[in-house]
Amino acid sequence: MMNDKIKLCYDVPADDFTRAGEASSNVKSKLKMMGVNPEIIRKVAIAMYEGEINMVIHAFGGTIDVVITPDEIEMVLKDDGPGIENIELAMQAGYSTAPDNIRSLGFGAGMGLPNMKKYTDELNIDSTVGVGTTVTMKVKMNER
Amino acid sequence: MTIKDIRDILGARFIYGEDHKDREVHAACGSDMMSDVLAFVKDSAVLLTGLCNPQVIRTAEMMDIICIVFVRGKMPDDNMIEMAREKGIALLSTGHRMFSACGMLYEKGLRGGSPYR
Repeated sequence: MMNDKIKLCYDVPADDFTRAGEASSNVKSKLKMMGVNPEIIRKVAIAMYEGEINMVIHAFGGTIDVVITPDEIEMVLKDDGPGIENIELAMQAGYSTAPDNIRSLGFGAGMGLPNMKKYTDELNIDSTVGVGTTVTMKVKMNER
Repeated sequence: MTIKDIRDILGARFIYGEDHKDREVHAACGSDMMSDVLAFVKDSAVLLTGLCNPQVIRTAEMMDIICIVFVRGKMPDDNMIEMAREKGIALLSTGHRMFSACGMLYEKGLRGGSPYR
């Protein structure tokens, strides 16, 4: 298969709910073309999509860098949004600070971060209130 | 059960993807909350939803869902249909409500997978 390190970079636009998910969709297509195991692709796609939606809902968009190596896929989602006040609380299934209009769009059920944890092998959240949030996720190429 | 069977059971009509009618569906998920759908992983699944926006198609794409049934007569717009076409996801619309539509498919043997852990 591939031996090289591949890096993909995306800008996630602010306030454009219709287009949210385009970066995740693109990564999914690329991994498929590379012949990556479909189960791994799905884990990456879901985790990244939840993160991308979060950036549109809670922050003002941001950037996503994806690094693909033969061992793992790393996603770094960075925004200059309001930050997460209580990460432990945000990780609880069902806890949400999303406004009601987001719920009517099908999100804001408080499942975003729990899903990101569920589908990745590593999840690290570095957030400072008023400064921004960086979420780093890794999915191993070899299934456990 | 095939996508065509789902259409027949629900008296639904194809909005896109009649070509996919013979594909086998192995599981179903019914929800208006996309994050709940994203917590559900099953191969070759159908999604029943009353939500009608582009993120429904995106969610289905991420999950490798092969068919979306819009309940209560909801109709996706042209942009959504185009997204579904690009990803090869069949779209059906039925006049039945969510509870009834899910029940009708369950009665015919379609299942939703194991309980959430």
